[in-house]
Amino acid sequence: MSATDAQAPLAASAAPDLRPVWRKLIGFNLLTAVILGVGGYYLGWFIGHQISTSSFAYEKATDENDVALLLAYAFGVIGFLVGLGFANYPVERLLGRPASLREKESHGISRYFGLCTDHKVVGVQYLVGIGLFLFVGAVNAMMIRAELLHDTPTIVGPNQYLTLVGVHGTMMMGIMTSGVLGPFANYFVPLMIGARRMAFPRIEALTFWLLMAAGFILASTVFFGGFPTGWTGYEPLNDQAVMGMDSYIMFFALVGISMVLLGLNMMATIITLRAPGLTWSRLPIFVWATFATAVLMVLAAPMLIATLLMSALDRSISTSFYVTGGGGSSYLFQNLFWFFGHPEVYILALPGFGIVLELIPVFVRKPLWGYRLAISGMLGVSLMSFFVWQHHLIVSGINADLRPFYMLSTEIISVPTGFIFICFMGTLWRGRMSLTVPMWFCLAWAFNFLIGGTSGVVLSDDATDTQLHGSFFVMAHFHYTIVGGLIFSFFAAIYYWVPKMVGLQFNEKLAKWHFWLMFVSFNSTFLPLFALGIMGMPRRVSQYEPHLVGLNTWVSISAFVLGFSMLIFLANVVYSMIFARIPAEANPWNSKSLEWQVPTPVPVNNFEQIPVIDADPYDYGTPVALGAGAAAPAGA
Amino acid sequence: MSSSQAVGPGGLGGEPNHLRRFLTLWIVSSIIALPLVIIFIGPLLGPASGNSVETSGEITDIKVLVGVATPIILLVMTYLLYALMYFRQEKGSTLEGPAIRGNAKVQMLWIVITSCLVLSVAGYGTVVLESENGDGSGSGPNPLTSPSGPKIPVQVIAQQWLFTYRYPTYGGVETTSLVLPVGKEIEFQVTSLDVIHSFWAFQIGVKADANPGIDNIAYSKPTREMTFEVHCAELCGIWHGAMHNEARVVSDAAFESWIAKQQTMLAPATKVLPTYSKSYIPEPSRRAE
Repeated sequence: MSATDAQAPLAASAAPDLRPVWRKLIGFNLLTAVILGVGGYYLGWFIGHQISTSSFAYEKATDENDVALLLAYAFGVIGFLVGLGFANYPVERLLGRPASLREKESHGISRYFGLCTDHKVVGVQYLVGIGLFLFVGAVNAMMIRAELLHDTPTIVGPNQYLTLVGVHGTMMMGIMTSGVLGPFANYFVPLMIGARRMAFPRIEALTFWLLMAAGFILASTVFFGGFPTGWTGYEPLNDQAVMGMDSYIMFFALVGISMVLLGLNMMATIITLRAPGLTWSRLPIFVWATFATAVLMVLAAPMLIATLLMSALDRSISTSFYVTGGGGSSYLFQNLFWFFGHPEVYILALPGFGIVLELIPVFVRKPLWGYRLAISGMLGVSLMSFFVWQHHLIVSGINADLRPFYMLSTEIISVPTGFIFICFMGTLWRGRMSLTVPMWFCLAWAFNFLIGGTSGVVLSDDATDTQLHGSFFVMAHFHYTIVGGLIFSFFAAIYYWVPKMVGLQFNEKLAKWHFWLMFVSFNSTFLPLFALGIMGMPRRVSQYEPHLVGLNTWVSISAFVLGFSMLIFLANVVYSMIFARIPAEANPWNSKSLEWQVPTPVPVNNFEQIPVIDADPYDYGTPVALGAGAAAPAGA
Repeated sequence: MSSSQAVGPGGLGGEPNHLRRFLTLWIVSSIIALPLVIIFIGPLLGPASGNSVETSGEITDIKVLVGVATPIILLVMTYLLYALMYFRQEKGSTLEGPAIRGNAKVQMLWIVITSCLVLSVAGYGTVVLESENGDGSGSGPNPLTSPSGPKIPVQVIAQQWLFTYRYPTYGGVETTSLVLPVGKEIEFQVTSLDVIHSFWAFQIGVKADANPGIDNIAYSKPTREMTFEVHCAELCGIWHGAMHNEARVVSDAAFESWIAKQQTMLAPATKVLPTYSKSYIPEPSRRAE
């Protein structure tokens, strides 16, 4: 995501750096970070071996050493962060030296490759970094589908297949928690609330670099034998697995830390840094969605970190939290994991609600319909998501008498989700819809999420779920909500907001090709998966009944087309951002929201003067003539 | 949603009455689609419903849920189509829509209708679950309800990567294939020796997780003689996909002769088996041991 032109005036105004090249490389930057990261890794590895080879029999008997690998990862991450300069501020404060609040906010392209406290830089960093790992996850999906062209393991062995499934799921579920909040909320929440920065700019940068370190750690699992558990990491299989499992544990724990910090930062920013007059009832709905997501992150992610810490202890020093033979319980892991895991899926879904409801008023030229209902929908979903986790354990035999309760709470959660739909439909009502690319993605969101949501209600019923649990039906369901809900709204946000972030337009023709190909192939991929589940195909298998080959082949081919549509998007990015470089207008969509009122590129300080807000950002439309009595629109 | 006068400012500014037109479209499409979905898609939603009491219950349940979902899906889909057709900005123009910020009556109606639907679906699900004794799902060691009358207990012992079946009422004999008598209530006692597995007898509508150290009970009453596949439905390691075996539902007499044969044939093995128990606590095992 190059922005050299846009940043040129800034770079020129900075004092010219006359030091020789080798001198510039010394200091706190990405190169130092990588060197210290690798150094820390080997230091941890060495210490781990010193500790454990003398104490633990199993680690002597094999070439496996979980203590060493976990320490290596931990030291590596610490070295990486120190190299980037995250220790400077606390150390300077401890030494009593004055420390600057902001770092590297006015340099040129290099600020994208290091610790930068400008929320706009972090937003762009996030977009590119997340894009990178999304690409890795998508390539894994393509390989999974290639393997499933056959009903027996053919292209990859069963072990590699499970690693592909695990890395795909974990990468997507882990990285995409910040898929919207990372790039778009970091970039636009301060602009939408009339602030010059996030509440904790250094923490903001930390969340990004933690996520990057985590992503590489997960990818490194292939060097340690991969992991067989999928993204859920169920014990005791987790305990039994080879060292690649530690990569999963470290990845998800780091993602958890990143999530907690990101959520706290968002909450603090939204609570404290709103411009004068920006009351809670004037807040853009995207900011509300961010807030609800942040609450979920802060409350759910610590559970994940604790759960995985116990897993790591079980694996490294045999603590037996989850090992039945040692007095532990495999139920415990499932219980704890899903107490995080169910809010997690709403961490993925809620930002999508926010994007869609934020965008459609601009494109139908009408105020958001039912603003307060939409907010209560989002908050209701957040609250309810903590009361449904055992529906993942419906056939496990745990607390079987409580199943009707979890069935009820799961079905109730569709009521606040329904609020989002009625607000969506109400906003479209008698609107003047322009079918731009972001609008198409929003309409596709409604289509996909509707199927995802109703299939969720079908799954929530216990008798039905007896058959569908753990089958491809579940897989189709959550791909409809996460790909169909989150990824489609993610692309809506890209086509809508990136022109502001980068200052360049996308090619609309390619964008429309991308949309239509993606929409059609997505549905053609995942609709048949419902059928496969109903026909009795379990998830995560590379070996299945021969009569299902035909349908699986259809799905695989559709999935390849879906993958190809992503290549069209990448081609569009390369073409529009590197070759065509057509400058975008400051407010191409004629939006009334605050983030579009600042010039492009957005100045480092966002606003010359902090704006005073006197209305919500949905001041569209011509006032309705109040007819006699009945037709008067009631206040939302 | 019948009171079109109350909720819609129909006919404003020479516009057609969108509400009436859309509602008509939706109701007509629902009336057409609902029977088609139930008749043509309904029977496809699972194994043949005559296989066991449980599959019949599950099929009815799925049909009811799909029946409820169909008009809801159609509501949004027809609305999206309608909006795409009529609520459009004409090319090149920059007209604003009406500044409607909400409608308390529509919102209230929506909340009440969706809540009622959800509550009735949950109520229906609870009744089905409890009256059908868990409807084939794993209900833990002490199910709240269990079928009256005699039951044949069959212990399903899962391990990486196969199922074995133990018949405690037939001398605790342990076999590698599952054979069941038709028309008898079966009590599956599902447990595991290592990691979590899931016993999925798709054709007779049973799924119960196999947890180490835990006895997970599920009931089923096969009503037809047949051959079917049993799968593992919970990821349990590299050969998870290969963890399946054939099972048969046979006549009472055939079952008795089969089990008698197994008892004599496997007598030496049965002698050295651990005594039958609800679960078998596995040794804490590590890789490399």
